[in-house]
Amino acid sequence: MSAPLLSIKSVSKKFGAVIALENVSLDLGAGEFFALLGPSGCGKTTLMRCIAGFESPDAGTIALSGVDLSGVPPYRRPVNMMFQSYALFPHLNVFENIAFGLRRQGGKKDAIDARVNELLAMTQLSAFGHRRIDELSGGQKQRVALARALAPRPKMLLLDEPLAALDRKLREETQFQLKEIQRLTQTSFVIVTHDQDEALALADRIAVMRAGRVEQVAGPMEIYDRPATRFVAGFVGETNFIEGRLERNGAAALIAAFGRIPCEPGNFPDGAQATLSVRPERIGVAREGEGIAGVVENFVFRGETTLLRVRVASNIVLRAAAGHGERHAIGDPVRLSFPPGAGTLLKEEL
Amino acid sequence: MRRAQRGRQMSARRRLSLGERLVIAAPYLWIGAFFLAPMLLIAKISVSQSVLARPPYRPIFEPSDGLAAIWAKAQTFSFDAYRALMSDTLYLESYLSSLTIAAVSTLITLIIAYPFALAMARAPERLRPMLIGLAAAPFWTSFLIRVYAWIALLKDEGLINNALLALGLISAPLQMFATTGAVVIGIVYSYLPFMLLPLYAALERQDPSLREAAADLGASPAHVFLRVTLPLSREGVVAGALLVFIPAVGEFVIPDLLGGSETLMIGRTLWNDFFSNHDWPAASAAAIALVAVLMIPLLLWERARLADEDDAR
Repeated sequence: MSAPLLSIKSVSKKFGAVIALENVSLDLGAGEFFALLGPSGCGKTTLMRCIAGFESPDAGTIALSGVDLSGVPPYRRPVNMMFQSYALFPHLNVFENIAFGLRRQGGKKDAIDARVNELLAMTQLSAFGHRRIDELSGGQKQRVALARALAPRPKMLLLDEPLAALDRKLREETQFQLKEIQRLTQTSFVIVTHDQDEALALADRIAVMRAGRVEQVAGPMEIYDRPATRFVAGFVGETNFIEGRLERNGAAALIAAFGRIPCEPGNFPDGAQATLSVRPERIGVAREGEGIAGVVENFVFRGETTLLRVRVASNIVLRAAAGHGERHAIGDPVRLSFPPGAGTLLKEEL
Repeated sequence: MRRAQRGRQMSARRRLSLGERLVIAAPYLWIGAFFLAPMLLIAKISVSQSVLARPPYRPIFEPSDGLAAIWAKAQTFSFDAYRALMSDTLYLESYLSSLTIAAVSTLITLIIAYPFALAMARAPERLRPMLIGLAAAPFWTSFLIRVYAWIALLKDEGLINNALLALGLISAPLQMFATTGAVVIGIVYSYLPFMLLPLYAALERQDPSLREAAADLGASPAHVFLRVTLPLSREGVVAGALLVFIPAVGEFVIPDLLGGSETLMIGRTLWNDFFSNHDWPAASAAAIALVAVLMIPLLLWERARLADEDDAR
């Protein structure tokens, strides 16, 4: 990455005794679609509010295009935010809401009108310019909020849970729209979300946060396939945590209570106690042959796959996804196989 | 508009139960009994003749009157009192002066109350009930006593003049008591809570994220106030202004206690007609005319509001 657009260095923030951010450092590139992902209370919203200027960090700096933002009030930052509640102005119509930021920047009336109309067209709201806000549906409000935040051509757009208030079907449609608009405008988007699917679907890179700290920053695939910590593995997607002892001699494998699972040892020492995270769909399920023996205890049909709960030891149940068309009944014996590289070894958490 | 129509259709389709009808009727019955009926009595007196008797007007309808007698008595109704109202410049001047004093007082009340209401609405949530209590605290003592207290403050040898004299800022007492200015001070003081509370209610409801959104879009604090906070508090401003302006126009106690002989207000003129001149028809006509005068700004406001709503569509 060339010089980062936004550079967050060792930012900490406390609210009373509650630590919201602890020594957070991140670099965000120009034109990047970045996601801050984490459970509620992890500090992702506080970090976003620090970038927008509504909160100021207790320590550390945030710089935009190399300019330190400390002490710069929100109205002087070339960063706009789309609020979770949308925060549309109820006394202004759709057109005036979108024009609000442009009017503050000054400029000719014609130029403002042209820019607003451009955004109305981009968000498919051209017929709604004169509508009052309380006459819009949830999806339309969401688009007005997006258009309003984009209108002044910010260097960076912050989106606070932008899809949380939409129903499931509309959410998927809107995900594609967001990606398309981000591609068209070439603006850096930073999205705050607690929804892992949303982060995986939208972002070029994801920072997974937990209790005020960044656990991992990586692309969606790497986050999913190579989680850095047990928390990331558990928060993003479904997984099995398998405890065991690492054996590095020959083909490396984790020796678990129920058998031997091949894995990439990384820099773990021989004989170390370790946890292996294996996604259910990476585990092969067969009726017979090689592999670890188990008994189907329960199953859930999920459409393209069927999620099985397979007991492999008296106190260990693994989740494995069987492909479409494979039928299993409760009590069926199965064989589970682990292709090389199916899992990721995790550091023990402190 | 469309939504309102749909609502109307729905309610028209559904039959109301007896209980619902009673609940809806209650406010109308209340207004009928305690506003409309007295208004009709006053209206009747306003078209009667003034006489030296007790009560000092004719005709008086008796329960024993037959229809014919009532009809004969009704023939004596006249609009003489209203004609007198038009021809006597004292009334016209009283109305104009009342409206001016009430308008100036309302404006000053608004300017004083707005920052207070804003501070209350932005105060930490746990402090707000106490602040509302403080705003309403003057009601714990009699209105009359509080207005009297202003005499002690404003008169020539009162607290303010004595303090200014002692500090050497003035050499002779300022004439404050018994002036129109004193009446304005009295009205502003007495009606401040009526402005403060609706303003507070309007400001407290405002979503703070709207102000953040405005700031985020480049609005400085002054712009946020002018473009978001102030327009969104319009309903509170109007409610407070009406609550102050309407009673202030007809105010009698404050001009009587704090005003000078040159302070004309319709409430005082009315009082003189009723109690000094015993001209009940003239006083009643003046009262009816006052109601008409006060209805005009209300109707104009309502029309502007409706036009506004249509505009936004």
